[in-house]
Amino acid sequence: MDLENQQRVLDLSNEYGAENIVVLVGAGEGEAAGLAAETVTAGDPTYAGPLTGVSLGLCVYHVCEEAVKAEFDPDIYDEQVGMMEMVLDLDEIAEEMEAIREEYTKYC
Amino acid sequence: MNSVIRGTGYPLVHVPDMVLLNGTTQTTERIVNPESEYLKKLGDHIRTYEQACAYYPNQVYIGNYTPEILEEVEFPWYDKPSPVSDRFGKYGEIMPQEEFYLLMQASDEFELLFLEKAFVEKYKPELAKNGIITEAILDRIHEGVELEQIKKQVNEHKAEPLRSNGELVGYVKNAHAIDENLSAHVMLENLVSKASSVLSLLYALKDAGMNPDDVEYVIDCSEEACGDMNQRGGGNFAKAAAETAGLNNATGSDVRGFCAAPSHALTMAASLIKAGTFNCVAVTAGGSTAKLGMNGKEHVNKDLPILEDVLGGFATILTANDNINPEINLDIQGIHTVGTGSSPQNVIGSLVVDPLERAGLKVTDINKYSPEMQNPDVTKPAGAGDVPQSNMKMIGALAVKRGDMDRKDLNDFVSKHGVVGFAPTQGHIPSGVPYLGHARQEILDGKMEKVMIVGKGSLFLGRLTNLFDGISFIVQANEGVEEEATVSRDEIRGLIAESLRDFASSLLESR
Amino acid sequence: MSILEGKKAIVIGDRDGVPGPAISLCVESAGAEVVYSSTECFV
Repeated sequence: MDLENQQRVLDLSNEYGAENIVVLVGAGEGEAAGLAAETVTAGDPTYAGPLTGVSLGLCVYHVCEEAVKAEFDPDIYDEQVGMMEMVLDLDEIAEEMEAIREEYTKYC
Repeated sequence: MNSVIRGTGYPLVHVPDMVLLNGTTQTTERIVNPESEYLKKLGDHIRTYEQACAYYPNQVYIGNYTPEILEEVEFPWYDKPSPVSDRFGKYGEIMPQEEFYLLMQASDEFELLFLEKAFVEKYKPELAKNGIITEAILDRIHEGVELEQIKKQVNEHKAEPLRSNGELVGYVKNAHAIDENLSAHVMLENLVSKASSVLSLLYALKDAGMNPDDVEYVIDCSEEACGDMNQRGGGNFAKAAAETAGLNNATGSDVRGFCAAPSHALTMAASLIKAGTFNCVAVTAGGSTAKLGMNGKEHVNKDLPILEDVLGGFATILTANDNINPEINLDIQGIHTVGTGSSPQNVIGSLVVDPLERAGLKVTDINKYSPEMQNPDVTKPAGAGDVPQSNMKMIGALAVKRGDMDRKDLNDFVSKHGVVGFAPTQGHIPSGVPYLGHARQEILDGKMEKVMIVGKGSLFLGRLTNLFDGISFIVQANEGVEEEATVSRDEIRGLIAESLRDFASSLLESR
Repeated sequence: MSILEGKKAIVIGDRDGVPGPAISLCVESAGAEVVYSSTECFV
C-alpha cells in the first residue's frame, strides 16, 4: 500500500480508535485486496511503510463483499460499482478477504 | 479535413543498472530498508540484454511481431524466449544502456553529463553503426573524462552515478547549487526522457518516410517536468528534443495529463492539422527511470526476473490527409469531464460507449480497442491483474448492461475486440498509443476499419484533485478526400480558345 | 449488527478496480462517515 495511505490509516486509527474504524478497499484482484487488507490488520507485508510491524487489526472489507453490500443503498451501489461485478473475480476476492479477517482482524 | 497517421516510432532501451540506481521502488527501499532482503536479492534477478531482446512483448513493441503472437504463446511469457530476438524492428529498436548513455550525453546542452574516456572510445563506434543516429548527434559526443573526476563528483558532490554492469562509467551533476528542480537526480530523469524522445522521433520520421525539416510542431506528452524553482514545470521537452533530432523548422510544447497525456496530445495534434494551423505535427514521449522495477518486490518474491528493465519511448507523425494513411476521426470522441465522476461504468461510458452511441455505432462496430496496454506478464504477478483485459471486460460489461450484447458473449467480445497487452509499465507509454503502429498497418492492409484508442489517467496521484481522467478517439481507414469541383488549366485554355474563336468569327461576320 | 453505520470509514480504492470516490458514495449511503478516501495505482 502507498506509504502516504499507510500513514493516514495509522493517524486516523490513533485519532478515532481502531475499534471505530472500518476500511473499505476496491482492489481489482484477490491478491491485491488481500495485500491491502493484510496491511491494515497484520502490518505492511512489504516492510516499506509506516504500518510495518504495526498490527492495527482493523475491520476491513472489499466494497463488493456481500456483507457490506447489503448495507449500501442498492441504487447507489448499482450506479457506482454494479458493472464491476461482471469484471472482478468476486469469489476469489471474498475468499482472500475472509481469510485475512479470520486471521488478523480484531474489531469485526 | 482529417489528419492521418503517417508513421510511428517505438524504441525501448534496456537499462539494467538504472533499475538498481534510479527506480523509485529501489531508491525508496534504500532509504527505509537499506539492509533488506529485496535489495540483496535484486541483482540476481536482472536480465541480460540478450534476454530482454528475446522477450515476446518487447519484440511486439518494436514491431517484429504483431500482438496476436501473444495469444499463441502460453502465458507467462518471461520464461519462453522468443525465436526472434533482433535489436532492430519495424518501429524501433532495443538500444543497449551503454549506447544510450552516449545519446544522453549528446542530448545534454548544459555540460551536465560526463562519461569516462575509455567507455566513450569503446561505445562510440557501436553507436555510430546505428543508421538512425545522425552525424550531428555523433558530433556532439565528447571525448570523455578521467575516472578520477567521475569518482570525485559522485563521492563528494552528490552527482548521480551512471554505471555499466555495476562499474562507474559516468555521472550527471546538478545544474544549480540549491534549486531542487535542477538537482542531479532531476536532470538525470529529464535527460533520459529527452534522449529517448529524440530516439522515438527519429524512428517515427523513418517510418513515415519524412524529412526532419517537414515537421512544423512537436508535442511532448511524457510525465516529467523541466524547469527551475521559479517555474517548476516551465518546459519545454518537445522543442528540446526537436533540436537534438534536427527538426529545424519545428516549434512545440508539452502536454501533461498522467497516462492520458498521449491521447490528449494526439487530439490536439489532429486538431491543429484539421484546423489548418500546421500540416505536420509530431507527438512524442520519452521514458521514465522512476518506474523501472516498480513491481520489483513482487517479481523477486515470486522468483521472476525484473521485467521492468526497459525505458519505453513513442512518437507518431501526423500530417494533413494524404488519401492513403488511416485518419484520426475527432467526430467520435470520448471525453471524461469533471462531472463524469469516477465510477467505472461512468468512466467507460464517457470514454467508449457514449461517443459510439452519439455516432450511431455499436460497441461491436469497432474492430479493436486499445485501452491501457500494460504487459500482463509484469502486472499479474504483482497482483494488479491483466489491465487491458479488465478494461475490455468493462467495455463489454457496459455493453451488456445497456442491452447491446448478451452476457454470454462477453468473453468472446473480449478476445475478439481486445488486444493483448505488450507495453512496458512506463506510465504514459502503455496508455492507448502502443497499438497505433500496428493499427495503422492493419488498417492499411485492409484487415480493419476502425480502432478506438482510449487514454486514461490517474490525476489523483498529483494530490490536487480526486478526479480521474480520460480521452478517446477513433482511427479509421482513409475515406479519401472528395475532389473539389475545380477547372483544370487545360479546360481554361480550351474555354479561352473557344471564346476567342467566337469573338473572331463575330468580327468576320460583322464585316 | 451493522458493519458500517456510525463508523469512521477509510477508503482505499484502486484505479483498476473500484476507485475511491465510488466506494465513498456507497459507504456514506450505509451511514458511515468517510474520514479518508484515496485511490491507488499499480501501473
